[in-house]
Amino acid sequence: MSRYTSNTGPDRDAMLEAIGARSIEELFEDIPEDLRLGRPLDLPDGRSETEVYDRLSELASRNAHAEGEVSFLGAGMYDHYVPAVVDALTSRSEFLTPYTPYQPEVSQGGLQAMFEFQTAMSELTGLPVSNAALYEGPSAVASAAYLAIGATGRKKLVASRGLHPHSRETMVTYSAGFGSEVVEVGLEGGITDAAALAEAVDEETAAIFIQQPNFLGSVEEVEALAAVAKEKGAQVIVACDPVALSVLKSPGECGADVAVGEGQPLGNRLDYGGPSFGFFCATQEHIRRMPGRIAGEATDVDGRRGFALTLQTREQHIRREKATHNICTAQALNALAGIIHLSWLGKRGFVELGELLVRRTAYARERLGAVVGVEPLHDAPVVREFAVRLRASGGGRVDTATVLRLCAERGFAAGYPLGRDYPEYEDCVLVAVTERRSRRDIDGLADVLSEVLSMEEVEMRGQAQAPVPEQVAS
Amino acid sequence: MNPLGDGGSPPPTSAEEETPMQRDRARTIFERSVPGRRAGTLPAADVPETPLEDLIPAKLLRGRPAELPEVSEPEIVRHYTRISRRNFDLDRGFYPLGSCTMKHNPRVNERVAALPGHARLHPGQDPSRAQGALELMWLLQRSLAEIAGLPHVSLQPSAGSHGELAGLLLTRAYHVDRGERRTKVLTPDTAHGTNPATVTMAGYEVVKVASNDRGGVDLDDLRAKADEQTACLMLTNPNTLGLFDENIAEITSIVRDAGGTLYYDGANLNAIMGHTRPGDMGFDIVHFNLHKTFSQPHGGGGPGAGPIAVADRIEPFLPVPQVIRREPGEAAGAGGNGDGQIRYDLEYDRPRSIGRLRGFQGNFGVFVRAYAYILSLGGDGLTEASETAVLNANYLLARLREGRTGRYAPIAFDRRCMHEFVLSAAPAKQQLGVKTQDIAKRLLDYSFHPPTVYFPLLVDEAMMVEPTETEARETLDGFAEALDAILAEAEQDPEVARNAPYVTPVRRLDEVAANRKPVVRQLLDSAA
Ligand SMILES: Cc1ncc(COP(=O)(O)O)c(C=O)c1O
Repeated sequence: MSRYTSNTGPDRDAMLEAIGARSIEELFEDIPEDLRLGRPLDLPDGRSETEVYDRLSELASRNAHAEGEVSFLGAGMYDHYVPAVVDALTSRSEFLTPYTPYQPEVSQGGLQAMFEFQTAMSELTGLPVSNAALYEGPSAVASAAYLAIGATGRKKLVASRGLHPHSRETMVTYSAGFGSEVVEVGLEGGITDAAALAEAVDEETAAIFIQQPNFLGSVEEVEALAAVAKEKGAQVIVACDPVALSVLKSPGECGADVAVGEGQPLGNRLDYGGPSFGFFCATQEHIRRMPGRIAGEATDVDGRRGFALTLQTREQHIRREKATHNICTAQALNALAGIIHLSWLGKRGFVELGELLVRRTAYARERLGAVVGVEPLHDAPVVREFAVRLRASGGGRVDTATVLRLCAERGFAAGYPLGRDYPEYEDCVLVAVTERRSRRDIDGLADVLSEVLSMEEVEMRGQAQAPVPEQVAS
Repeated sequence: MNPLGDGGSPPPTSAEEETPMQRDRARTIFERSVPGRRAGTLPAADVPETPLEDLIPAKLLRGRPAELPEVSEPEIVRHYTRISRRNFDLDRGFYPLGSCTMKHNPRVNERVAALPGHARLHPGQDPSRAQGALELMWLLQRSLAEIAGLPHVSLQPSAGSHGELAGLLLTRAYHVDRGERRTKVLTPDTAHGTNPATVTMAGYEVVKVASNDRGGVDLDDLRAKADEQTACLMLTNPNTLGLFDENIAEITSIVRDAGGTLYYDGANLNAIMGHTRPGDMGFDIVHFNLHKTFSQPHGGGGPGAGPIAVADRIEPFLPVPQVIRREPGEAAGAGGNGDGQIRYDLEYDRPRSIGRLRGFQGNFGVFVRAYAYILSLGGDGLTEASETAVLNANYLLARLREGRTGRYAPIAFDRRCMHEFVLSAAPAKQQLGVKTQDIAKRLLDYSFHPPTVYFPLLVDEAMMVEPTETEARETLDGFAEALDAILAEAEQDPEVARNAPYVTPVRRLDEVAANRKPVVRQLLDSAA
């Protein structure tokens, strides 16, 4: 008897008899003989639950995680505290184990949670329509491109270099299917170069893509950038950090047509990158072009209030090749975690969280900036993350990987190296702060960086590299 | 299992009036908000409390706080607990939703996914410090490759439909690399909606292929449509009728000869693990639904994961990053230190790759659960799981061929099935005046989740039943008896089913009105 099945040998015999088959093999008769595997799968035999637990926990023990080190890693996913109520409620069978709510009469809990989630995301983004979540951030950005192409009939996508590199890359990947082209606009002083944007946007442009705050942590002047796009009839897509929207002007107020983003900071653990959720909000004009599930209010035959999936004629199961998107299974449970976390923070707590982040981040930028060899990359305003350039205390160039390794050996994940995605920032790291990183942690990081940057082994060996131009973009 | 409900008698045939308490349950968290209440607290300020406007220019700041609810923690717990009870879920009862593989979700998987080494591992962690996670991903890749019979795996896609998109983008890259431009993708008329929707998103045109009278692909139609414009055939096998296509070898060779790639929609892999493999059938690309076959809970609509396995000719185009294993000795200079140990790494340098499909490395938490599941069952257990899934489906089908179900909702294609089967309630509609929809709704009163309804489109009044291997025989018997009881009721009085359900948290909803004037968010004071 395989694990997690119930039928015993006698059950099987009785069932085969009812079917009128002599053996289970007979049930596989339609598979042509020469396509049968004819040997056992080359996988280990099944193990007991304790052995499985031990093996998985042994694997887990070989990961350096945020419980075991002081982590300043961010770059789109953040080590926020996930309140205990989120775990307790999302692990309830009633939320954990149902399928997508195709039968609304017995799915009111999930549908109502979606409706509440949509309400909260609409509030945060300042846009009237929200869906019930997509997979995650970067693919949500690409989905916004698909909407913009459909809405405008144009195929040029103009993306700020401050848009998360994963979002830009995902959009390029999807563009092979969309038949679209992605044009990049560089940064100036840590924010999108407005003049370059104005030059790049034309009558062929379907949409511009701005991230708020951008990948380097800087707060963008979205309103001004949006105005440039509108002049040419392009859609304005803002990818945003939902937690930063506690204090920043909402994308809707800034003129965005669509706001998308990575939902992980709302109630979802890091999980090495997923599952989390992507959110997708838009103006009323786009309601029938939205991707994904949307829950709406409905009334039952007795006049009771209820909720149901709505506007399903957008979706693949009804509209097939004419659907607005192909998504089916999304990330409902993760979105539920999001609305529970937001309710737990509440109207005031959410703002307090944002203010705490802004102040600690300001403190951290100043404190680290005072370390010899650490220099903020720019002085644009930041919310929860900022980039710094590293030098050896003596002024020489450093090998970023070595600096990070030496910090890690001292118990600190000092930041996210920018070099892979931004060759012009080879010697820079992104430092993120959450409510879990206290002043003491920040001071600790400053001390460790100070120590490490004065070590000889961090200095770049051999020929000093030719200076990399500041802008590799567009 | 008593199909007549816990009280031993059939469920009610009329609804009771809504009580004030029931009405209260449909209040949203926003409607429970009372100014001044709160749940969460934050660490005390330990840095200077500089006014925000001194740090960020006022014109970039929000003018008023977002109208989030103001509720206490006990109220939050009660609210979500109460609304959760308005869901039917797999742990409560039988959930034979065809094509969705609603099998038991082992709780040990949840436990290991929550270990801090997994749950609090940052995706930007340096690979040298995430060796356990990368090894797990690599092992999962190897396991999936063996199950699929295809050597290369990318775990990146986030669900089945994302895997499909990956598959068509790979197909495009493969053909472009060969200097070919192909514009059409063949999909059988039994295909799931995500297949044609994906075709459009990937910039191709859908060409529909008909089914034959045995429920398989119509070979003549396929031959007529497969040509030099054919980029790919997307196929589910066993198909969405639960039938293994007997002509599979012929099908794959027709498409291959035309120069197309072969995409296997793996939604139905639960039928064949350890028995036959998409790679051996001739497919180039397959997606897995880890949230079906590999026991990841559905979460009321996700999360899932849709890894793909591919053949050699597709491999160069796989998304970045790829999880790779560096053998001892080759590690130096490549993220390892040449110390003679095996190292796992993320590989970005893949010049012909289609690129990224999403952020970071994928839905890792789902990978942990799927790998725990594979370890628990082992190769032998997976093979047996498929056997039992097929046994359970055929047993339930045998039970449903009897009595009223056999008369009013016979099997659409009269053959043995694999892990699922499709009934057609067309006779019930004609003879009794109750439709599939009515039967489905009445099942809710009997505490069963209905099958997938009105899919595949090919079958009139379709009911697609997938019991999965984790259900006990007596549960299947109970379901068969409930269907029979519902049809018996309909013989007496079709109104019973037509007006069902009666005992659910709400009854049938006016979805037409809801679509006409969609209310998709609550209007709050500030937004009013
Ligand atoms: C046959 C088939 N193909 C594809 C899919 C899409 O999978 P997902 O929901 O994971 O995107 C499904 C799931 O419903 C399916 O049943």
